[in-house]
Amino acid sequence: MATQHSRAAARLMMTPAVILLLLWMIVPLSMTLYFSFLRYNLLMPGMEEWIGFMNYEFFLTDPAFFAALTNTLLLVGGVLLITIVGGVLLALLLDQPIFGQGIVRILVIAPFFVMPTVSALVWKNMFMNPVSGLFAWIAKGFGLQPVDFFAEIPLLSIILIVAWQWLPFATLILLTALQSLDSEQLEAAEMDGAPPLSRFRSIILPHLARAITVVILIQTIFLLSVFAEILVTTNGGPGYATTNITFLVYAQSLLQFDVGGGSAGGIVAVILANIVAIFLMRMIGKNLDI
Amino acid sequence: MGQIILQDVTKQFGTVEVIKPLDLDIQDGEFVVFVGPSGCGKSTLLRLIAGLEDVTSGTILIDGQDATLTPPAKRRLAMVFQSYALYPHMSVAKNIAFPLRMAGLPRAEIDKKVKAAAATLNLTDYLDRRPGQLSGGQRQRVAIGRAIVREPAAFLFDEPLSNLDAALRVNMRLEISELHNQLQTTMIYVTHDQVEAMTMADKIVVLSAGRIEQVGSPLELYRAPKNTFVAGFIGSPKMNFIDGRDAQEAGAAQIGIRPEHLRLSMEEGKWSGLVTVSEHLGSDTFLHVNVDGVGTLTARSDGEFGVRHGDRVHLTPIEERIHRFDADGKAI
Repeated sequence: MATQHSRAAARLMMTPAVILLLLWMIVPLSMTLYFSFLRYNLLMPGMEEWIGFMNYEFFLTDPAFFAALTNTLLLVGGVLLITIVGGVLLALLLDQPIFGQGIVRILVIAPFFVMPTVSALVWKNMFMNPVSGLFAWIAKGFGLQPVDFFAEIPLLSIILIVAWQWLPFATLILLTALQSLDSEQLEAAEMDGAPPLSRFRSIILPHLARAITVVILIQTIFLLSVFAEILVTTNGGPGYATTNITFLVYAQSLLQFDVGGGSAGGIVAVILANIVAIFLMRMIGKNLDI
Repeated sequence: MGQIILQDVTKQFGTVEVIKPLDLDIQDGEFVVFVGPSGCGKSTLLRLIAGLEDVTSGTILIDGQDATLTPPAKRRLAMVFQSYALYPHMSVAKNIAFPLRMAGLPRAEIDKKVKAAAATLNLTDYLDRRPGQLSGGQRQRVAIGRAIVREPAAFLFDEPLSNLDAALRVNMRLEISELHNQLQTTMIYVTHDQVEAMTMADKIVVLSAGRIEQVGSPLELYRAPKNTFVAGFIGSPKMNFIDGRDAQEAGAAQIGIRPEHLRLSMEEGKWSGLVTVSEHLGSDTFLHVNVDGVGTLTARSDGEFGVRHGDRVHLTPIEERIHRFDADGKAI
């Protein structure tokens, strides 16, 4: 009886917060939806009119859209690949007892604290600059032609920068997962005659599966919306070589002043993110249910 | 074959000497139990034999061959861990098959051996389950199954029963003893529980602070403990130790008498005292008696001996069962 009453009371008291959250989400979403059906250009104020699915048609048939979609997937996939492989290896290294372990771990985690714009600028101007960058200096030291990163391999350069930022996160999560592995399991495998590589494959990797899924999920959410790194380094170029969906939406709304088209792009991005989320949820559901 | 000989083996962690130089012979087919209080180095000693720790000095011979530097996998020993150390993401069948798969056996042979092991251990119905879906006793059996499929020279058990409840522990104790009778393979078993040691062992090794205190059959240790440590550790309830006048009369610094070797009487005896607590177990009654001028003694009587808190009883030690110890605690 008491629980029935308190449940009703609890619902009543939670209502304001739930409504607030709902509004918080529903207002921008519905406004974006609404704008996406309007011809809404900032250069022509007061000329808004209903145009149905025209904005979607333009956005989806724009050759830039497919370039941006490919770039988004390459960026997410590339960064995930680097951070997970690198993260597992770094976690294995950091798990070894070494002198100054605490300081080394803090150093490894440090890139995560640098804000994206700053780190991208540092990479652009101090490492990847073809004239004064560190990499150019090293290349010249070996008598090689320096690579002009953002002209020759723009997307790969962005992937490297973003991966550098996210590697600490993956390492951190994987390291804690690694530390929760019962050492007796490894010893048992050792006694069972498993060489180090088999021990890694049959014991450590399955143990890390759950953590890896968590890393993939969280990173995917953030990597779908990478923006600052692109803005400060290549501005989406050359051509559309480094434009991802997020950047395309930005370009549409704020460089071409087409708020309607940008909103349509935003909705498309939301749908794409949801498709990715469905796949991720399936994968996680399978992996978390051990 | 599974003969294991330790010669002058020591182990240091940093500057701490965990195992003091010790020699030990384990014959083929023996069931040897390492027993001692926690921190006495018994698990470390087992891990040295297993090869999971490297000896600081000394030699380990397995079947006459120097195995001191042999990696664990090559020593032909199988170990059952305290936490069972089952692989959580593999089914029971895969867990048991793991060492065979690592040895590169053909699939058909692996299947045959896994089935045979499962049949021995009553695990046939559970082969497709994951360890997480098994009870403690079943997990224990899977761990043993993983050990026996390898047909090792010797089994090493590291406190395998400490995670089970009391009833199951008695069962598994029997099962392990039966397994030993069946396989006739050397087994080395580590425990802090002297009851397990007494019931299962052919030979008990009592350890304390990294030293072997005494090696012998359960009854040898019970009848003729070499020092007060062994005397106090083996037997339940603990041996009573008495010093002072009574010890001097017997020509020793300290004498010990087991609770079951004290004759109880309501009328007369050497010592008399008040019962503080009487524990009725049904088959036995343990009396804690506060003896005048001696201290608290524990005495065992049959289950029907009806005394209560506050009653006065008389105790007489059986003369030939008194253990005499010198000032250093060594048996005289």
